[in-house]
Amino acid sequence: MANEQTENVTCRINGIEVTVPRGTRIIEAAEQAGIGIAHYCYHPGLSAPAMCRMCLVEIEGVPKLQPACVSTVAEGNNILTESERARESRKGTLEFYLINHPLDCPVCDKSGECRLQDFVHAEGPKHGRLRDAKVIFGQDDFGGNILYDGDRCIMCTRCVRFMREVAQDDLLGVVQRGHRSVIDTFFEQGLDDSPFHTNIVDICPVGALLDKDFLHKARVWDLDHAPSICPNCSQGCNIRIDTRDNLVQRLRPRANPDVNSYWMCDYGRHSYEWMNGTDRIEAPLVRDGERLVAQNWQPAMLALLDRLKQRAGSVRIVGSPMLSNEDNGLLARLGSLLGAAAPVYRSARAEDEVVLPGFPKLARRRELAANGRGLSALGFERVGDDRAQGGLTSADVLIVLGDELADLPADFGRDASLFVYLGHRLHPAARNAHFVLPVSTFAEQEGTFTNFEGRVQRFWPALQPPPLARPAWQVLGVLLAGLDDGPAPADAANAFLRVGSFFEPFAGLTYEMIGTRGALMNEPVAIGAGGGD
Amino acid sequence: MAYPYKHERETRVLTEAFGDPAARTIEGWKKYGGYEALRQALGMAPNDVIEVVKASGLRGRGGAGFPTGVKWSFMPRDDSRQPHYLLINADESEPGAFKDRELLRWTPHQVIEGALIGAHAIRAKHVYIYMRGEFFEPAQIVGRAIEEAYEAGFAGPDMMGSGIGIDITLHLGAGAYICGEETGLMNSLEGRRGQPRIKPPFPAVMGAFSRPTTINNVETVSAVPHIMRRGAEWYRSIGTEKSPGTKLFNVSGHVVRRGNYELPLGFPMKDLIYDVCGGIRDGRELKAVIPGGSSVPILAASECDINLDYESVAAAGSMLGTASVIVMDDRTDIVKAVRRMVEFYSHESCGQCTPCREGTEWTAKIMRRIEAGEGTADDLDTLLEVGRNMTGTTICVLSDSCAAPVASSIAKFRDEYMARIRREVPAGALTV
Repeated sequence: MANEQTENVTCRINGIEVTVPRGTRIIEAAEQAGIGIAHYCYHPGLSAPAMCRMCLVEIEGVPKLQPACVSTVAEGNNILTESERARESRKGTLEFYLINHPLDCPVCDKSGECRLQDFVHAEGPKHGRLRDAKVIFGQDDFGGNILYDGDRCIMCTRCVRFMREVAQDDLLGVVQRGHRSVIDTFFEQGLDDSPFHTNIVDICPVGALLDKDFLHKARVWDLDHAPSICPNCSQGCNIRIDTRDNLVQRLRPRANPDVNSYWMCDYGRHSYEWMNGTDRIEAPLVRDGERLVAQNWQPAMLALLDRLKQRAGSVRIVGSPMLSNEDNGLLARLGSLLGAAAPVYRSARAEDEVVLPGFPKLARRRELAANGRGLSALGFERVGDDRAQGGLTSADVLIVLGDELADLPADFGRDASLFVYLGHRLHPAARNAHFVLPVSTFAEQEGTFTNFEGRVQRFWPALQPPPLARPAWQVLGVLLAGLDDGPAPADAANAFLRVGSFFEPFAGLTYEMIGTRGALMNEPVAIGAGGGD
Repeated sequence: MAYPYKHERETRVLTEAFGDPAARTIEGWKKYGGYEALRQALGMAPNDVIEVVKASGLRGRGGAGFPTGVKWSFMPRDDSRQPHYLLINADESEPGAFKDRELLRWTPHQVIEGALIGAHAIRAKHVYIYMRGEFFEPAQIVGRAIEEAYEAGFAGPDMMGSGIGIDITLHLGAGAYICGEETGLMNSLEGRRGQPRIKPPFPAVMGAFSRPTTINNVETVSAVPHIMRRGAEWYRSIGTEKSPGTKLFNVSGHVVRRGNYELPLGFPMKDLIYDVCGGIRDGRELKAVIPGGSSVPILAASECDINLDYESVAAAGSMLGTASVIVMDDRTDIVKAVRRMVEFYSHESCGQCTPCREGTEWTAKIMRRIEAGEGTADDLDTLLEVGRNMTGTTICVLSDSCAAPVASSIAKFRDEYMARIRREVPAGALTV
């Protein structure tokens, strides 16, 4: 008990009493008290050099203002972030920043997300007093995905520290000194070969580091944001999908200390164009002789149910690790109702893992799909090679979800008595289906993925699906209801509960429990072992 | 006039051997009592050495004037688990300062002996002499002296048969003012970018190579052998009660005899200028003095009737600093002089902290504009306010040092700034 008492300290910040563990930095203690302290160089995922001098606060009894990012709270501290001295200091520092920073907000890609813009707007000087020429550094192509605008750089060195401390790939440095300081790569050695370097764009507090992929694509205030999970490997990085005009414009990491900290890999970040594909299946298609005829959902589903009830012979189920636990769970349930053999899935695998050295829990995993582990937990078996090709055979009744069958011959499935295809695009093999049902991608629906370590994580819809596309769990839920297997789930949460009622690894989990940070499924977890890597 | 010039009023302790090239060798230095103090100190417990230095009242000569013995006592007493280091700051590069260079050139063994005594006192097994890269001549002299000290068994393992081993490394910097700031020096020594570190942790807790470290100025450790040999009381008998001992005053500017003069602390400034240095050259009038190197506030001639010790100079509104006295006569263009100082700080700012990185150059830009006759009265207010925003807001005090001469010169010589602004002084006029 005595120990507990000594490990906590109580202080006052702007009159608000806050108790925090000894050693907590003022900036973090203030955050707990609901007080934001302006800062540039401090980032919770990096070391704090206390060089931007924006977070200087007054501590009663201490003669000089102290940087809140490195000073720790002491018992009885009375900390003032809004005293006249602290405010004057911030205002003065902002004026220093504005000496050389061009006021090009109208064309800057960071405008709307720029912390210099925000802080100057909040409490900066109304007019700069510089009457002399600004320093001009110009732009520099750092290679890789990065364009550097030296004029906008405020020398917070977050990028340098990220490359040194987190990527541990010391490709950036400060060259020159004083007002001539500039960030640079070493000679012609750019950032090309560094697999995590685009994170420096996220952490740059101003528009100095620009992602060439996003350059001039959208104004940030025009973007809609949806919390999501990166689908491009089994790591399950928490991300934000930024969209405009129903198109994904960029993916950015969303902080989750249990999974990806503040980071994501460049491979995952830039693999999103497929979400914007326009060659989508737009309506349910039902085979009529050699033709596929578009129909409304109701007659298509009624006809499909009829055929399912009359099915005969072997049943093969194919799932997709790019779709949710809900989708694949209800598919597996349907398979078991129909007496199918173990369901299967295919997924691509990379040759190697690419680990982020400064946060080794994060890697671009070998499994290049989000939900392989989830499918394993649902009883699916992985087939095919590391390019997600081969391994599929036809059957009397064939139900395929999500797998585009792009590698398969044009006559695949033609011999099946019933071929149901639920997917996004109509490659030749899928054209042999008797029923083609348009389903939404993960980006167009709510659901969960299970990452390599068995962490079930939620994602939310970022895009509108084609008008007649439905989440697969909804389609499958209706089919299950038609087969007298309980009512169709009303929403994704309900579908997840249904999956939990069928499959032990998900039993007892709810969306509430998963929250925004995920929850481990009820299965012994051995990181890096089994089929989840 | 022989070089170096010696004045009869000097109290020559550290500078006794100045002018004697033989004193650069170990044999020559022994004639001045060299290495006796080291032998004596090695026979004493480290804490006893610290007590002697504490009793002497020796204060750091690098500028801050912190009591040396007290500084040494901050080092951990238990050295069994981790090495300690003593760093000798020989990176002197403040405009106006040239005392350490002379100590290194004339009395390298005095520096080495003092450093070894200091290292023993703080239980350090390694001394680094961090020297300014441009000091090529002192570097050769000190480098040779270190070799001699090793050859004679005064440094290295089992010094003088005492069983105590201390190594010395001479490390040349690449020439950056900020590397004379103690934490910037440590960074540079470690091979990092020369940028000051945030304190705490203080060097005595976590210094060079993340180990407890003490950093002493060249002149500080040079005084130590004399204190050990002649006793703390003798040292206290020189100077004032709070500022005991002698001090090297390195005088530059418009005096007849510029140079280094070793005088007791508390020596009158007017006597230094008019007697020791022979007065203002060409019979001109005194206009201003910067008493402690360019980083301290300027004193107008009317404020110069003071004694040169830490307390008296502080009472006059400036600082003794390194006692690098810059004397300016009545022809001095204050605006130009200050602009040059500001340019120096702008050039030497490490760029780490925003107020310094941006503020020093902004100040320089305004100063250049005023000097060119394109300033306005508002610029003076801007200079003062920018200076205020640069003071006390950064990791080290470089930006404070830039602001100090600007603010003090505007306060004391506003008319000269206004004359420039009103274009009463032609832009680019040849002024001294």
